[in-house]
Amino acid sequence: MAASSAGDPLVLVDGLTKTYTLGEVAVRALRGISLTVTTGEFVALTGPSGSGKSTFMHLLGCLDRPTSGTYRLGGRDVARLSKRELARIRNQEIGFVFQGFNLLPRTTALENVELPLLYRGGLSGARRRAMARDALEAVGLADRLDHHPSQLSGGQQQRVAIARALVTGPTLLLADEPTGNLDSRTSIEVMDIFQRLNVERGLTIVLVTHERDIAEYAARVVSFLDGRVRSDRPVGRRRTAAVELENLTVRHDEALHDVETDLEVRRA
Amino acid sequence: MSLLMTFVVAIKALRRNTMRTALTALGMIIGVAAVIVMMALGSGARTTIEAQIRTIGSNVIMVNAGAGGFGPVRGGQGATTTLTVEDAETIRREIPGIRYISPGVVTRTQVVAGTGNWNTVVQGTSEALPAIRSWPMQFGSFFTEDDVRRSARVAVIGSVVRDQLFGSGTDPIGQVIRIHNQPFRVIGVLSTKGQAMFGQDQDDTVYVPYTTAMKRLLGRDYLRDITISTENGVKTTEMTQAIAALLRERHAIPPGSEDDFMIRTQEEIASILTSTTTTMTYLLASIAAVSLLVGGIGIMNIMLVSVTERTREIGLRLSVGARDVDVLLQFLMEAVVLSLAGGAIGVGVGFGASYGLSRLMSWSSLVTVDAVLLSFGCAAAVGIFFGFYPARKAAALDPIEALRYE
Repeated sequence: MAASSAGDPLVLVDGLTKTYTLGEVAVRALRGISLTVTTGEFVALTGPSGSGKSTFMHLLGCLDRPTSGTYRLGGRDVARLSKRELARIRNQEIGFVFQGFNLLPRTTALENVELPLLYRGGLSGARRRAMARDALEAVGLADRLDHHPSQLSGGQQQRVAIARALVTGPTLLLADEPTGNLDSRTSIEVMDIFQRLNVERGLTIVLVTHERDIAEYAARVVSFLDGRVRSDRPVGRRRTAAVELENLTVRHDEALHDVETDLEVRRA
Repeated sequence: MSLLMTFVVAIKALRRNTMRTALTALGMIIGVAAVIVMMALGSGARTTIEAQIRTIGSNVIMVNAGAGGFGPVRGGQGATTTLTVEDAETIRREIPGIRYISPGVVTRTQVVAGTGNWNTVVQGTSEALPAIRSWPMQFGSFFTEDDVRRSARVAVIGSVVRDQLFGSGTDPIGQVIRIHNQPFRVIGVLSTKGQAMFGQDQDDTVYVPYTTAMKRLLGRDYLRDITISTENGVKTTEMTQAIAALLRERHAIPPGSEDDFMIRTQEEIASILTSTTTTMTYLLASIAAVSLLVGGIGIMNIMLVSVTERTREIGLRLSVGARDVDVLLQFLMEAVVLSLAGGAIGVGVGFGASYGLSRLMSWSSLVTVDAVLLSFGCAAAVGIFFGFYPARKAAALDPIEALRYE
């Protein structure tokens, strides 16, 4: 794949439609989407359920083919690629993060992260494990390599899933409701990871969410309605997860301090 | 994904559910073990029968008097009176490649010794019988050519006759037995040979010179059979044809008429019997193979459950870059590993069971390389056949639906 630098269009979508046939009823999930995402962008797709944002994300992720319209990823027309080439793109250029984490049960974090590398030939076992370890370190889970998903909290599981998406060094990260199963604090932690990956590695991120406050961590919000783009604008007051986490910690410490003082006062 | 990786992934997946894996493999274990045991028993039976056939003697051709073929009333086998001692002598003289020849007659009668008596078979034969049948003596010696020439009243008895008349394990040499009220001196006891084919007990027989039997017991001048043993390397089919031609000429049988004799070779009898046991073996093995089939259905069932349970895993694998062929191979590999592991254990169990059976029931059994290869091959084939449908189902899943599957 051609090296893309910040500012180049990575995703170029023009007049994309997708129609499903459920029995005799044709469902027009996408009715003509045109959109450009440049390298290094952090875009949130929002909209009510049924607005077509998930369908759009599946098309971006090469899991499905559009009914009409063109989708160019890194300059290539995806419609012309064979199944084999699409599998290669999913493996090497796209990373997926799902709402339900989708980790293999009874399998260690390290092995879960290694999974995509199994489908890329020519890597030794040692090399695969080293790459998986690096990815887990990048999401702050260096001390949880041998834990099974059942031994990890929801936030930790989602971080394993992010490490799995990162391990192949993709250019595009697709996250489908990644905070849907997480509490608010863990959600902020996950968004912090996304923001850091976006800034530090210049990773292009497309995030699907129906939560407005989560969308505000992105730099740009594209809002879907009935299979069309309703609005597409930059975020006015962008939230920064790192700062919020710091404040949360401070507030937590203050709260703790208050309780302790209170206890001391009572004892006295 | 390489096959080795696929194998490793399959092992990991199977180990995630040990109990289920073990129970599914059990179906294959039982199937393969059953096939092995059945084939081992079949091979054992064949070996036993072959050993029995060897008791006839090796390279043996038997000429029997045929069914009477003249007139409206036909006698049974041995009814013709045309097979003579002169026939035997001419065969000996004119046909090359004969090692031993023994004319034979037979009768069933009461044999008396002192106060005991026993109804048994009295067989007239020549001094060549022990050589033809490679039959050693327990006591004494067999009668000689001289005894035959003199129509001596001497008898060699089988171990069953000895046990009945003189007591088990005794040495009756020199004692007298009476056959048709004539005294015969016992000069030898043959070692125990066991049941021959067709239920005839070779040890329950009294052997006397054929001349004596013909003259003194039966009062007839024709033979029931001639037993011939050939030199090594002689083609029995050619010799059979030569004997047939000679006998037809001597008996003046016009061309187109039936023979008044019957020639059988040991090989013919052997091949009939072995083919019977072989048929039995394959019949038993195919019944056992039904359990292999049931085991295969068990694998298919579990693989289908597994594909359904792991729908999300399949969706995930597809989304991180697995091709459908990768998914297909993964599930096929799991099925094959299951069936082969079951097959390998089944071979071991089959070995143990055949050994146990032959010890407990004193059946002879023989586990052959063929049986092991066949059942192992069947196990692999069952794995691939019954694993393919679930694997194809997995590979055909739509990644989006698979990821959403609850």
